[in-house]
Amino acid sequence: MKADVSSSGPPLVELKGISKRYGDLLANDGIDLSIEPGEIHALLGENGAGKSTLVKILYGVIEPSAGEILWEGRPVAIGSPVEARALGLGMVFQHFSLFDEMTVAENIAVALSGEWSLATVRGRLSEISRTYGLVLDADRAVWTLSAGERQRIEIVRCLLQNPRLLILDEPTSVLTPQESEHLFVTLDKLSAEGCSILYISHKLEEVRRLCRRATILRAGRVVATIDPRASTAREIAALMVGSEVGEIRTDAPHVPQEEVLRVDHLGMPPAGLHGQALKDINLVARAGEVVGIAGVAGNGQSELFAALSGERLAERADAIAIAGRACGTAGIDARRRLAAAFVPEERLGHAAAPTHRLSENTLISHAATEVSRSGFILVSAAKRLARSIIKSFDVRTPEGDPQARKLSGGNLQKFVIGREIIRKPKLLVVDQPTWGVDAGAARLIRQALVDLAREGSAVVVVSQDLDELFEVADQMAVIHQGRLSPLKPIGEWTREAVGLEMLGVAQAQGGAHAV
Amino acid sequence: MRFELMPRTSVSPVARALAPVVAFIISFLIAGFVIWLMGRSPIAAFDVYVLQPLSDPWSLQELLVKATPMALIAIGLSYCFRANLWNIGAEGQYVMGAVLGGWLALNTHGTEAGFWVLPLMLTLGIIGGALYGLIPAFLKTRFGVNEILTSLMLVYVAQLALDYLVRGPWRDPKGFNFPQSVTFDPSATLPPILESGRVHYGFVFAVIAVLVTAVILGRTLFGYRLKLTGDAPRAARFAGFNSSATTMTVFAVSGGLAGLAGISEVSGQIGQLQPSISPGYGFTAITVAFLGRLNPLGILVAALVVALTFIGGESAQILLKLPLDLTQAFQGILLLCVLAADALVSYRIRLVTRGGGK
Ligand SMILES: Nc1ncnc2c1ncn2[C@@H]1O[C@H](COP(=O)(O)OP(=O)(O)OP(=O)(O)O)[C@@H](O)[C@H]1O
Ligand SMILES: [Mg+2]
Repeated sequence: MKADVSSSGPPLVELKGISKRYGDLLANDGIDLSIEPGEIHALLGENGAGKSTLVKILYGVIEPSAGEILWEGRPVAIGSPVEARALGLGMVFQHFSLFDEMTVAENIAVALSGEWSLATVRGRLSEISRTYGLVLDADRAVWTLSAGERQRIEIVRCLLQNPRLLILDEPTSVLTPQESEHLFVTLDKLSAEGCSILYISHKLEEVRRLCRRATILRAGRVVATIDPRASTAREIAALMVGSEVGEIRTDAPHVPQEEVLRVDHLGMPPAGLHGQALKDINLVARAGEVVGIAGVAGNGQSELFAALSGERLAERADAIAIAGRACGTAGIDARRRLAAAFVPEERLGHAAAPTHRLSENTLISHAATEVSRSGFILVSAAKRLARSIIKSFDVRTPEGDPQARKLSGGNLQKFVIGREIIRKPKLLVVDQPTWGVDAGAARLIRQALVDLAREGSAVVVVSQDLDELFEVADQMAVIHQGRLSPLKPIGEWTREAVGLEMLGVAQAQGGAHAV
Repeated sequence: MRFELMPRTSVSPVARALAPVVAFIISFLIAGFVIWLMGRSPIAAFDVYVLQPLSDPWSLQELLVKATPMALIAIGLSYCFRANLWNIGAEGQYVMGAVLGGWLALNTHGTEAGFWVLPLMLTLGIIGGALYGLIPAFLKTRFGVNEILTSLMLVYVAQLALDYLVRGPWRDPKGFNFPQSVTFDPSATLPPILESGRVHYGFVFAVIAVLVTAVILGRTLFGYRLKLTGDAPRAARFAGFNSSATTMTVFAVSGGLAGLAGISEVSGQIGQLQPSISPGYGFTAITVAFLGRLNPLGILVAALVVALTFIGGESAQILLKLPLDLTQAFQGILLLCVLAADALVSYRIRLVTRGGGK
């Protein structure tokens, strides 16, 4: 059963003239796209180009305003995800749809209607884990998992149903290079078994590694369908944005000044049974520098973020000092008042409330500032603030003051980062700053982080993207199983050294292996 | 084969505004059909239920009197419900407000105590309800006990406590052994707004509560905090809003308003303490809160509508020999229709015919 039927039979799925209108905005404008059996097809485009909208239409989540879908040559109406699954579609969404309080197995069983009992799910789970090397602990509660692990659940959930077309909306934006490589092997294997894959990503190198055909969207329209291996990443990027993407400028040299953040022997028990404990973390960030924290997802990054932000409190006040003030036991509000700012990993639901307007969302981190006076909200000030964030960070919005959920993923990311940077904080802690943003926007965000540091703030960037850290960081440390390696100037790190630290080899001398 | 709700991509504001009106008409049609099945004329029933109460001045006053406690309680509940906290025990908080406020009335009975009695009584009513509301809040924040269970169970405790008091220590010695207290002195009686009218100042409190709540929910950080806690709890934690403090506050506020409703009813309407001081206002207020979509003005309107069904139900019982239970059935139909209309404004129904699952 090889995939060479592709040229003879009809395409597995064919989209014809798909359009989607949101008020005045045409998110999809007459899109044609076809996918052959066993093909890995890339869908590219900058933030807000309409990629997620298109695949949600294909998966029956939203209804197109016009156009038709052919499945193996027959016109079909896919009215809901249930129908899509019945046809043989599987989808991993850009934003996770998991219940935090439930375990991995429960989450899978809940999503698969019908005859899937918890026991069958468990059995199949370990089978799939073995076949594709997607390791998952069936009984762990989802809220203790990192984004990378959560995504693994979503992928496994699809694979359990033996899909014929698997749609992945930016699957690797939260994965490490190793995890990504692992995923590619899985996808290659699926493709060889005849499963088609529609693959959305902003990482052009991996698209070139994986796909033979790519459809490029710009502002809701197909601008080209190409063979990504025949063009360079730069050329593809130029097609996406209609112009070339530049590099980050760092003209001012890195001049570290006074200490802004000091973490001193910070330890923290795991939150719940399976979380990662933080062990004896020491870290210093000075004004004027970007400190990078590298590591494989699930090694304590979210715990470290929660400890730094004050969403979880340390036992000793002096475990964390911001601007010289011990604040380990002070909440996030108090830390914000010490001119610290935070951007968590998950933008929808954590950094922003999906159903609230952007102006309301400014209140989340600006509650006590210019947008309120003696407990009252200054509505026009909040609107003004939202507008200036939108303007300075090039957030593309479908309307003036939309609900956060109406923004495309990358644009919301720009908004939540902009919301903090615009305060000119003395300390900015950000977790995965460019998760799921396009090359142009990633550059804008990284530039903003570097500029903020050069203007005299301390910036702590937690990221799994090593390229990103090598680009922006002045100092870097690696987190592994809740321990932080010593901080070293970026020039003293090599990729190999980081890799060893990430696997814990440098510490444990050939100890545990990560996934 | 089954039905599925699909979110609509665009919702017109007109549809949203018209939804309750349509819901109203449909629930009248359903109720009319039921009445027809029972062998009565739906037209006559409509006349008795709706037109007569609305055209008769006495009934109109009665409408405001009945709407007052429900509006006050439902306004309080809207604070909880917005934050996804389920205070089901407003009935108990209402009773406790009446008990604590009534305690002062009974203790100043027959003395020459002056104008200060009434304000103090009302304050005690608020405090009684608030403290009683804080019990489930405390149990939830401290021990993680589900507030639905505790608040509901505390209702029975409160009712039994009142029962004990009016049969025991607080019974009127000259009351022919009836389980009731003495009648409150004029200094402990909430006066009517108009001298000859029946509508007491409790209605003014309800209107004030509506206005203040509209400002708080729409314009203050506290109001935003509730909304955020309900809509995105993780973001609320990220915002630095302390969820325990929020829980305690909203339970105190809703308990306090229920307590105020209780003492107002006892002091302005009933005039004494007796085993039963509410036909279930605390529970009906839950319906009222959702009927009003947790919006303060909406709640006031909903309270009036539900009060109408109470009054209409009473006269229908007398004039048409329709059972009083029909009133509750009608309230239920009304709520279902309003909720369904709301859902259909944001979602559309699809019939899924192909095999479910996979
Ligand atoms: N529910 C909605 N209402 C209004 N506009 C919307 C809605 N959902 C999406 N949009 C708009 O449609 C456009 C396309 O969004 P979409 O999410 O498809 O982008 P995308 O290509 O997936 O971008 P990203 O790479 O950032 O995820 C955006 O301008 C977005 O703001
Ligand atoms: Mg997207």
